[in-house]
Amino acid sequence: MEVRVANVRKEFDRFPALRDVSLDIRSGELIALLGPSGSGKTTLLRLIAGLERPTTGKIFFGDEDASSKTIQERNVGFVFQHYALFRHMTVADNIGFGLKVRHGATRPSNEEIRRRASELLDLVQLSGLEKRYPAQLSGGQRQRVALARAMAIEPKVLLLDEPFGALDAQVRRELRRWLRDIHDTTGHTTVFVTHDQEEALELADRVVVMSQGQIEQIGSADEVYDTPNSPFVFGFIGESSSLPVRITDGQVWIADRPIGLSAPNHPAGDALLYFRPHDIELLDGCSGCIAGTVAASRRVAGTRRVELEIGGERQRVEIELPVDHIATQKSRIAFRPSRWKLFPVKSTGN
Amino acid sequence: MTTTPAQAGWRFKQPSVIPGFGLTLGFSLVYLTLIILIPLAGLVWRSASLGWVDFWRIVTADRTLKALEISFGTALIAAAINVVFGTIVAWVLVRYKFPGRRVVDAMVDLPFALPTAVAGIALTTLYAPNGWLGSLLMPLGIKVAYTPLGIIVALVFVSLPFVVRTVEPIIEEIDKEVEEAAATLGASRFQTITRVLFPGLAPAIITGFALAFARGVGEYGSVIFIAGNLPKVTEIAPLLIVIRLEEFNYAAATAIAAVMLAISFAMLLVINLLQAWSRKRYG
Repeated sequence: MEVRVANVRKEFDRFPALRDVSLDIRSGELIALLGPSGSGKTTLLRLIAGLERPTTGKIFFGDEDASSKTIQERNVGFVFQHYALFRHMTVADNIGFGLKVRHGATRPSNEEIRRRASELLDLVQLSGLEKRYPAQLSGGQRQRVALARAMAIEPKVLLLDEPFGALDAQVRRELRRWLRDIHDTTGHTTVFVTHDQEEALELADRVVVMSQGQIEQIGSADEVYDTPNSPFVFGFIGESSSLPVRITDGQVWIADRPIGLSAPNHPAGDALLYFRPHDIELLDGCSGCIAGTVAASRRVAGTRRVELEIGGERQRVEIELPVDHIATQKSRIAFRPSRWKLFPVKSTGN
Repeated sequence: MTTTPAQAGWRFKQPSVIPGFGLTLGFSLVYLTLIILIPLAGLVWRSASLGWVDFWRIVTADRTLKALEISFGTALIAAAINVVFGTIVAWVLVRYKFPGRRVVDAMVDLPFALPTAVAGIALTTLYAPNGWLGSLLMPLGIKVAYTPLGIIVALVFVSLPFVVRTVEPIIEEIDKEVEEAAATLGASRFQTITRVLFPGLAPAIITGFALAFARGVGEYGSVIFIAGNLPKVTEIAPLLIVIRLEEFNYAAATAIAAVMLAISFAMLLVINLLQAWSRKRYG
């Protein structure tokens, strides 16, 4: 089922949580809504589910306008961060709940409901736990039950609100891979909210990066990582450093000297230079480079992170060096970004 | 999660390293003995002085049996009424913010604070055949004051806070997400309440019922004004005890009291077991 969010705005007590958001979700896609807290990602998810109503704008499921439909009519599967299981019901009853509350001809027989529940338990790899109560399960198991319960109603879309947020790192990684598998098997259109970029980049077909109630960028993991379209996305996804620079005659200058980068298409004036710590080349002599004094150096897994102070302003940037590189001994390092991006100073994306 | 510790006979719960277990347990036992056990033992002792034949004669006397029936019957009905409406009041107080909510909230506690005799007089004035409400009900053929119905009205009044105050905190604890989950799964509001919310409230409701019932059985002050106190019709057991005391028939008074004690204890025990069962099931 395709989902189309068209110019949706949502205010809480006049405070805009979402401002004019539009998003097309293709059928069968796995989409991540990624952003810091307060970026409106959960609000967007709840609007799609019908748990909130948009102040203005519409939401379409296929060609149907879902905005006027109630939550019950929308037929979405929603998975909550804290599971929201019915604690007085067994695992099997939890999963069967959505089918049991149906009326008349649409309600399957008890036999059928039981069969469905145990099928879904197989799918989420919890076979044999039908009779347990939620209190008797671990966090990871509970979240799997919650997912099975959401899938039991054969939803048009599956919505997950920080599904792994309450779990520890090990279980998280495991469930992440497992969710991808389930998605590939069942093919549900799936939207999940997360503030964990690793999770979003690894899991999703497309990532929607959000900030302050707006969508900053939509794209595959490669697109948002390699070609961020705003300082926010550059800063939010992956590691990055930024330096204030000036563009004159198509050259990038820091203070009173050019650093050997040319930006012929960039308008002259003040700008911000963004680059990633590992996208740099070290230089011996400094005719057109960025040079800085080593302020700190620390070992991060297979590499060494070096913090440099640049120029009179003592701007700090981070670069990444091989652990045994000779430059790590020096007190002054000259380098030049090999991949970088300039953003004009005024437009910060908001 | 299959490692629930085996319940091997009687055993103390392993006290934690934080000190105070011995002291607090000792204090609790002494205190409960002084405050509850000794007076109750005295009651039984006193009635035992009667001898079985006399005891049985007093207890099975028609008037005593009727009084006990009225006391326990009206208390049960009043508690049942309060379970329904008290739960609704608690729900409204927790879920909705409306002007005057605090005033309503404070009003719920009034029956706690009011001397019960005051409540009795007020209710009697209202429901007497020439009172505000009584005169309206009279043409409909409903008589409240001086009938068992009047007793129920008084008991509903005094035991309302027990249900409201027991259920309220549990309603506050209900996770909004659980209701939302039920809605996304297609459950109507009614189904959500009956299948999801109510089972979670059941243990608290049973506790509220037990407290309201216990209060109703023991209530004296408010009832004697509105009941009319006709032997075998509207005479409650506590009143009968007082009547016997005024006749200096202490033995008979304690005999009736002992029977009340036994029945109350049995009923509260059953309610507690019921509650333990529902807590285990739904907790």
